Amino acid sequence: MTSETFLFKQREWVALAILAALILLVLPATVDIFRLNLVGKYLTYAFVALGLVLCWGLGGILSLGQGIFFGLGGYCMAMFLKLEASTPEATKIQSTPGIPDFMDWNQVTELPFWWQPFHSFGFTLIAIVAVPTAFAYVIGAAMFKRRVGGVYFAIITQAVAAILTILIIGQQGYTGGVNGITDLRTLLGWDIRTDDAKFVLYFVNAVLLIGCLVLAQFVRVSKFGRLLVAMRDREDRVRFSGYDVSNFKIFVFCLAAAFSAVGGAMFTLQVGFMSPSFVGIVPSIEMVIFCAVGGRLSLFGAVYGALLVNFAKTSFSESFPELWLFAMGGLFIAVVMAFPFGLAGVIREHVEPALLKFTRSVALLRPGAAAAPSSSK
Amino acid sequence: MDPYAPADFLLSVESLTVSFDGFKAVNDLSFYVDENEIRVIIGPNGAGKTTVLDLICGRTRPTEGSIRFRGQELTGMREHEIVHAGIGRKFQNPSIYEDLTVFENLELSFPRGRNVFGALFFRRDAEVRDRVEEIAEMIFLKDHLNTEAAILSHGQKQWLEIGMLLIQSPKLLMLDEPVAGMSIAERRKTAELLNTIIRNQSVIVIEHDMKFVEDIAHRVTVLHQGRVLSEGSMERVKNDPKVVEVYLGH
Amino acid sequence: MIGDYTFGEFTSILAMQGFAGLSLFSVFVLMALGLAIIFGQMGVINMAHGEFMILGAYVTYLCSHLATEYVPVLFPVYFFAAMTLAFCASFGLGVLVEWGLIRHLYRRPLDTLLATWGLSLILQQVYRSVFGAREVGVTLPDWMMGSVALTDMIEIPINGLFVMGLTVLIAFAVYLMMARSTFGKQVRAVLQNRVMAGAVGIDTKRVDRMTFGLGCGIAGIAGSAFTMIGSTGPTAGQLYIVDTFLVVVFGGAGSLIGTIASAFTISQAQSAMEFFMSGSMAKVLTLLTVVGILMLRPQGLFTLNIRR
Repeated sequence: MTSETFLFKQREWVALAILAALILLVLPATVDIFRLNLVGKYLTYAFVALGLVLCWGLGGILSLGQGIFFGLGGYCMAMFLKLEASTPEATKIQSTPGIPDFMDWNQVTELPFWWQPFHSFGFTLIAIVAVPTAFAYVIGAAMFKRRVGGVYFAIITQAVAAILTILIIGQQGYTGGVNGITDLRTLLGWDIRTDDAKFVLYFVNAVLLIGCLVLAQFVRVSKFGRLLVAMRDREDRVRFSGYDVSNFKIFVFCLAAAFSAVGGAMFTLQVGFMSPSFVGIVPSIEMVIFCAVGGRLSLFGAVYGALLVNFAKTSFSESFPELWLFAMGGLFIAVVMAFPFGLAGVIREHVEPALLKFTRSVALLRPGAAAAPSSSK
Repeated sequence: MDPYAPADFLLSVESLTVSFDGFKAVNDLSFYVDENEIRVIIGPNGAGKTTVLDLICGRTRPTEGSIRFRGQELTGMREHEIVHAGIGRKFQNPSIYEDLTVFENLELSFPRGRNVFGALFFRRDAEVRDRVEEIAEMIFLKDHLNTEAAILSHGQKQWLEIGMLLIQSPKLLMLDEPVAGMSIAERRKTAELLNTIIRNQSVIVIEHDMKFVEDIAHRVTVLHQGRVLSEGSMERVKNDPKVVEVYLGH
Repeated sequence: MIGDYTFGEFTSILAMQGFAGLSLFSVFVLMALGLAIIFGQMGVINMAHGEFMILGAYVTYLCSHLATEYVPVLFPVYFFAAMTLAFCASFGLGVLVEWGLIRHLYRRPLDTLLATWGLSLILQQVYRSVFGAREVGVTLPDWMMGSVALTDMIEIPINGLFVMGLTVLIAFAVYLMMARSTFGKQVRAVLQNRVMAGAVGIDTKRVDRMTFGLGCGIAGIAGSAFTMIGSTGPTAGQLYIVDTFLVVVFGGAGSLIGTIASAFTISQAQSAMEFFMSGSMAKVLTLLTVVGILMLRPQGLFTLNIRR
């Protein structure tokens, strides 16, 4: 037997099993539906963090605009749900029945053409992934083909996030403005606001997340993954080994965008609205910190990072709102200065050796087992 | 039969010029490289040696002139296309993937699965293993296949980078100071290696070590201020008064 | 005829908006100068740059407050003292931050980006705790109020002119310092070859620290200027950081003239468009144009063609 196994190494299978058990069994069994719904919301950010591990951790491409894709995915879903909630019967008190309420409030009298296709659920499902991915492709192709990277790329993505937010807020007749698209009710006639629906959606979300994690792992262990690392450290060498570096970067950026978009759509479904406050500069950079706290090189770390930071955020903002920004700022500085590889790094460097030492000493205490380890001295 | 006439050179560089804001680093340069030839480019600092390699491999765009390789015009092609055409380039400082093992370094350079989906579904099969081992033997690293590249000696890193080029079976190898930082013994082995390589490919070497140059060079091109100062056998070049002037004159 | 306006009215509007844009231009230039100096020197983006500006704004606010309350005699000239103090405060904080944070992160530009973002969050909360969440404004002395009437349709605010003059002065001083002074030469030496600069006896660490402090200090002065065009709040600085960075990149990093020219273009474009459409759409259009141009010409508008 070699250490090479299918997709995951042995210890990674254990990690996957633990994660799956935690989010599929332990949490649903122990916390009430309100808290479970919160966990589900946190897990939607884990999609973004997964993408960032591939893009930033492995590939060295820091995007400060992942909120763009999270938001676009979320808005696509929200537009479908909003149209379903805006039947002529439900909106008959409006001056123009049959269009979303915020359009009516803003004297829009006709559904814009680009809202029309979102009557179809099939189209919406495709759009959730396709629209953000296509957008990422445009940004990525424009930047990477011209060898823009590093800090420049980070700031340009941030600028795009800013532009999109201002645009959404400014065009409130078509987008719902600063409040976003709210008051979403049913998905194909199924009320998503009930506890039962939230319970089911939590599982859909968790399973999708694990699916994305496995897909990300597939990319990570393939030659593509090794090339990403190689590009991060020696871009020229990769280029002069006959690879078109920009195509690889575009692909990984698009993949990260697609993950984020799925997260965004699940966010809309579970939380029941979508607004520009999940698109802009601040949420986008917070998403990076989820990934950094978990460990920028670890896919599992990304999930735990998203869970922990958001859990901390919720509990802090409930009890000491003024302290939260200090904590968040401190977290940014600490994780960069002291723990560049995040939780995963701490576990790898400190917890695992300690565990190993512990199991060895336990083995030593057992009679008969003492001979084997001592011979290595 | 051949896509290009046999009388043609493998590489012909003609009236090549590049200017950086008026400064002509390479100025109206022409030279030709034959099949299975080892050509050494020497010249004082700032003569434009590295720039010439940069121009051939597409890292820098020429202002004027042409570079033809096996009947194909290289100017205007992108870097990876030039690699696919059969040119390999080693950098001045060993440029390898330090976090990966020797095996993985060579594997990443194996010419298969070079596009996105090819890389995603690339499998490490017997063909890859055999080829990697074959190359590792040539570059004296057979016993280090699973060593992390970061802990190799400087000379071994140089070899590894040469190996990463060889695994692509290029028709032309360009080596920028391949023996810098090597011991005497390592230099001798490198010279042997280069002499084995040229059974199938041509090599352009930039080097300062004159002993090494004498060991390997078929012909030598001396560059000075972006122009060819002298060209020919080592013996001829060494006795060229212009070359003596440049190297010893000031 | 353009829209509902006659040609005369149209040019007047453009001129008025142009002068209104001058204040924005001044803030942009001062912010961008500081950012460009730091970015050029260290290759890092200081995401807390906006907060350094706001520090300057709060110092100015404090001075204005103190002057009106306690020494009304000095009120007409308090602004000059405020600017000096704003520079000192931001410079001091900048030096401190370089010592505690930035110097550990050279060679890791993306990490510096995240760390300085963290710093900006902390500073925002400090401002909120000390000055409150409400926005504050300064009282300008009388001589800075009012405006000069050029024609019966075009009026120029005096404070705008003042800030404008100040900006020109500072930009010129920075240029002189970088081009002529020993410090400027040291900065450029370190930028071009850090190892060699160290070898000839330049204290490169000190140069880094002073450069960072200087960049932050200029941001502090930008804060003083900022009090004239907007009210000061804890998060006001964050709104400017992306714009300012775009100004720097658009002009071509490392080019002082480019920075000024691009600050002028961007602020004027935004200001002129604001008259014809909503402020948010003007901003979207401006930023989109800049990002679009940057995608076509990522090296910026004013860069030299140099060997990599």
